[in-house]
Amino acid sequence: MECVEGNRVPDKGTISVLGLDPRRDANALRQRIGVQHQEAHLQKRIKVWEAVDLWRSLYARVADPDALLARLGLESKRDTWFMDLSGGQKQRLFIALALIHEPEVVFLDELTTGLDPQARRAIWGLVTGIRDRGTTVFLTTHLMEEAERLCDRVAIIEHGRLIEVGTPDDLVQKHCPERTVVFTSDDANVSERLQELGAVERADGTTSTYTIRGAGDDFVTDVINIIAREGIRVRGFRTEIPTLEEVFLKLTGHGIRD
Amino acid sequence: MRPRFLRGFWKLTWLETKIFSREPMGFVATLVMPLVLFILLGRAFGINRPLAAPDVDVPFNVAILAAVLIALSAVQSLTAIISIYREGGILKRLRATPLSPVTIMGAQVVVKLAFTVISLALLMLAGRRLFPGVMRVNVFSFTVAVVLSTFSILSLGFVIASLVPTARFAQPVGAAVLYPMLAVSGLFFPVDKLPRALRALAYLFPTTHAVALLNGVWDGTGWGAHWVNVAALLLLFVAYTALSTRVFRWE
Repeated sequence: MECVEGNRVPDKGTISVLGLDPRRDANALRQRIGVQHQEAHLQKRIKVWEAVDLWRSLYARVADPDALLARLGLESKRDTWFMDLSGGQKQRLFIALALIHEPEVVFLDELTTGLDPQARRAIWGLVTGIRDRGTTVFLTTHLMEEAERLCDRVAIIEHGRLIEVGTPDDLVQKHCPERTVVFTSDDANVSERLQELGAVERADGTTSTYTIRGAGDDFVTDVINIIAREGIRVRGFRTEIPTLEEVFLKLTGHGIRD
Repeated sequence: MRPRFLRGFWKLTWLETKIFSREPMGFVATLVMPLVLFILLGRAFGINRPLAAPDVDVPFNVAILAAVLIALSAVQSLTAIISIYREGGILKRLRATPLSPVTIMGAQVVVKLAFTVISLALLMLAGRRLFPGVMRVNVFSFTVAVVLSTFSILSLGFVIASLVPTARFAQPVGAAVLYPMLAVSGLFFPVDKLPRALRALAYLFPTTHAVALLNGVWDGTGWGAHWVNVAALLLLFVAYTALSTRVFRWE
């Protein structure tokens, strides 16, 4: 990511961002991209408005700072020192600084790491907002839930190598086609009547909860059709579809590593 | 089109000034400490060797000691700030903006020089009030000499800031380099009396030339007589700056 932003020299290969070389055209590129670094800090005793004001003075084209702070929920923190902001507020300030010059692409590096669920959700909402305004968002994360919710395309990187790229849906379909149906029924002989679907597990001998595993897009439809055909009365019904997290674990292995 | 290093320069300088003045400890160390030391030592020993009686037992020129301490505390403060900024990723964040590296560092230097001048002004005022008749030195000339010295010592500060591994080491490493420099600077014993090797080393330190120049300005022999020291301060500035641009780490 730092290579792409022009802050680090790549070992080898070439990078092109908006048609520019991040090292050679660093100054031109910095006017057109916004960046937020992982675990970044500012001066402890800098006020929010001072940081925004400094950043604003550096770019040719800038957004309205007050509107930007309001959008990020920081308007009441204008005069607060950086060191007195909460983790979520700091991240929101960094997002504001990354957006101050209305960049075409914004790079966000693990921006919700270490935040509590409320702050994380608030930031997810903001990122969706940035995307909806037409800015390309390039983000890195360890949270597959975050990738699944925010990303149109996901690239999985292992040990510095790109191992898979695609939309979250495509990746799940391609690598984890398993589907599971769980339903509750008080009818008798349910397992036998659904035999053609394969093994039907009963959670334990006495409950009325059944689990059927299969694969493919048609599996859930098949289950519904057969339950309907058999006239089984169903009290509850849900499907379990693998998430990006399962895809990630499947592609990168389950072993513990540091 | 204005030069790139000016973009954001004054804004950053003003901002760093405000940030520094919000830090109570740094403020006290830079402005108050040298002043207190000057007053206490001045009361104890008098300010300098009276010209009429050169053999009177006054250990050293207290005003010059205070002036050099002002310069050294500026350097200490600069190395601390840079190492804290580096450790916290602040330098890295600033570099990812259109700010040029020269601007980021230049702003720090200007802030330090500004506080040096303020500190020195306080020193002169205190000197005039508390030790009347002694502070007859040309204020402008003395100030210029101190600023030039600070500038030169600051460039060494950048080298130190490049070498300290973490912010925790900035203070002790800075002190370990700067105070021995002061010891051999000629302020306490004449440089000529030092052993040969130490003398050679002393001339590589900006403090030695700073003390010689300040002594010259103080006793009125003036700039002309000390052009060698001025040249040495400038030369050392160039050398240390060149060295620090090679070894400097942003993160």
